[in-house]
Amino acid sequence: MEAYIFKEIMSKPERLAPGHRMCAGCGGTIAVRGVLRALHEGDKAVVGNATGCLEVSSFMYPYTAYEDSYIHNAFENAGATLSGVETAYRVLKKRGKIKDDYKFITFGGDGGTYDIGFQSLSGAMERGHDMVYVCYDNGAYMNTGTQRSSATPQFADTTTTPAGKVSNGKVQIRKDLAAIMAEHHIPYVGQTTFTTNFKDLHTKAEKAIYTPGAAFLNVLAPCPRGWGYEPSDLMDICKAAVDTCYWPLYEVVDGKWSITYEPKEKLPIEDFLRSQRRFRHLFKPENEELIAAFQQEVDRRWEELQAKCGR
Amino acid sequence: MISERINENSPWQDITEGNKIFEAATSKEFCTGEWRTSTPVWEQEKCKQCLLCTPVCPDSSIPVCDQKREDFDYDHCKGCGICAKVCPFGAITMKEGK
Amino acid sequence: MAVRERLSGNEAVAYAIKQINPDVMPAFPITPSTEIPQYVANYIANGEIDTEFIPVESEHSAMSATVGASAAGARALTATSSCGLALMWEELYVAASNRLPIVLALVNRALSGPININADHSDSMGARDSGWIQIYAESNQEVYDNFLQAFLIAEHKDVMLPVMICQDGFITSHGVENILLVEDDQVKEFVGEREPEHYLLNPNETLAVGPYAVSSYYMETKRGQREAMINARKVILEVADRFQAMTGRQYGFFEAYRLEDADYAVVIIGSAAGTCKAAIEQIRNTTGKKVGLLKIRVFRPFPEEEIAAALAHVKAVAILDRSEMFSATSGPLGAEVRAALYQAKGTAETVNYFYGLGGRDITVEDFCQVYENLEKIATEHKVTDMYEYIGLRTK
Repeated sequence: MEAYIFKEIMSKPERLAPGHRMCAGCGGTIAVRGVLRALHEGDKAVVGNATGCLEVSSFMYPYTAYEDSYIHNAFENAGATLSGVETAYRVLKKRGKIKDDYKFITFGGDGGTYDIGFQSLSGAMERGHDMVYVCYDNGAYMNTGTQRSSATPQFADTTTTPAGKVSNGKVQIRKDLAAIMAEHHIPYVGQTTFTTNFKDLHTKAEKAIYTPGAAFLNVLAPCPRGWGYEPSDLMDICKAAVDTCYWPLYEVVDGKWSITYEPKEKLPIEDFLRSQRRFRHLFKPENEELIAAFQQEVDRRWEELQAKCGR
Repeated sequence: MISERINENSPWQDITEGNKIFEAATSKEFCTGEWRTSTPVWEQEKCKQCLLCTPVCPDSSIPVCDQKREDFDYDHCKGCGICAKVCPFGAITMKEGK
Repeated sequence: MAVRERLSGNEAVAYAIKQINPDVMPAFPITPSTEIPQYVANYIANGEIDTEFIPVESEHSAMSATVGASAAGARALTATSSCGLALMWEELYVAASNRLPIVLALVNRALSGPININADHSDSMGARDSGWIQIYAESNQEVYDNFLQAFLIAEHKDVMLPVMICQDGFITSHGVENILLVEDDQVKEFVGEREPEHYLLNPNETLAVGPYAVSSYYMETKRGQREAMINARKVILEVADRFQAMTGRQYGFFEAYRLEDADYAVVIIGSAAGTCKAAIEQIRNTTGKKVGLLKIRVFRPFPEEEIAAALAHVKAVAILDRSEMFSATSGPLGAEVRAALYQAKGTAETVNYFYGLGGRDITVEDFCQVYENLEKIATEHKVTDMYEYIGLRTK
């Protein structure tokens, strides 16, 4: 692994070009840039992509935003598609038809990953292709206009779980996909988001890319439109997600779980919820117990994670 | 320029087979800077070149050369303001309009 | 020298795959095509070929991985049947519009519901608009021969379209027949290696595949696909000529069997053509009536003009469909053959039959009745029912 010398890392050639049509302040492309930055200079890669905001915005014919070869196929099959590319690579290499080394990285939103593409992802991981599946998780189907997904947190106001007179948003708690991927017993799973110096994301992406075999990365990627916050606040939102332990940063290497960042002081969940329009209804006085329930679930999962990490 | 070869007036014979694009990063030709409603201004004298603004840009619009950032790529910056918010030295301010 | 063997249709296809030794084969089992990936997996397990087999978790993933592998530059294929093809539906269109030279070994089986594992053409007929070349077989020999020609058609630079090689479930897929195999080295020379022009793993070029294309580009893209399908006509015949030069076995868009002097003709696809041929021989030998057959081999691209020309002299035509399309009028073959005749200002009376759905048998006797009916229609110039069934119980 490369030493994380921040300024050197930031000086690496950009692998996601500007001119894509993602919204101003989008967390998705910050995630893509961050992951692709972990590729060592000169290493070739094929980038895959599930249908979603990222795909329709980053490869609008004839404009591709990628410096590397890229394939989008459909919504639910980024795992299977890249597994085909990776297999082609192995056989063409074996047969002497290509000489260069390639890395294989595919991106999907939580819709394409947690939900419609879950089977394809699970299959590709179980088969152990030497590839990285990166979920940029913004907690709803943003491309079609903020419908709930299984990654949507409980109580979130989405267009298919609207908060209303007799509804408090999404009823169900969110699926823990990184843990499910870890239970595939693949060599590397990481959960991360954007921190001040991006070291956590970078290190995990590099491990995911350069660990032989299947790897999965779950990156919390805030969506200003879907979550309802000022685009400029993105890094504050990420910090709150991590410091409240709503989104713990951890990794699972060959079955060994470890927390990669522990907040000095675990903040109350309100600090994450307050600035987002999707949780606005929770701050009505009569909904105090909903926030308490949210807090309870966060605490429960944090304790579970600590136990897995042997704490 | 790919837009000279393939554009909304291209006859069907000029559309690439299978809509494949045989070159990298053609999106650079598309100027998303047009979208901006507010604009970051970099004050070089206040900048300590810490580069914390560079990874947070969703639009790869803060070029870095030899560990030093350069001025914004205004052809593509959409003016989201994340960079201004993370700058520890107040070296980026947002001004209204383009 | 050709090699004499006795093989099922599935084994014949698997054997062709072995001789071609393609790069990547993702597949998911489904009756009656399951044996094809099983045979291939065995060849690999025994070191007879070094194709990479991907045991995917669904047919959707089978075609998705095939698309990925083909875009990466590999010669890639898969096999399926029925609901497996239905689950691939979305990907069939993607494969064709991405212009990927994939080959699919399809063992035709009825679509659910109700679930049924036997032969009919509802699976591939439903996919007729997906942009794939479709080539059908009557016998094990034909499906083997068609498979050997498939990659050459698909990978031709003027075509670059996926090809579906179809055979009837159980009837040919599991029926063992005598077959002439081409020698391995001849196959290798005939099929050659894929030499992709644009591919993801090309070290000299960055490639992007699968864009979002707005309405300014979509229609022009579809027109390009149409052109490829038009070009496929010529290429299919060229490849067939080369194949004939190698084996002596002749193939075209269709087989005209005793059609030249026929007054009454059947148009059909697939294995039932063999039964029809037996009926033709029986009728001609016992009554001297001039009956014939047009057995379609290439359904996509549709050889409209050639079919109309071959039927121009016929008094009455029965078009037999082994699938429904629930238009409350014809089946897919009925509609297209009639359109071809209309366009050519054909004068033949036509009747459309549904037969063999979900594996219902069709017999020599059934065909004899069809020809009798055609004679009656031609004499009376009156079709009492434009859409009839063969072998349907009714009150």
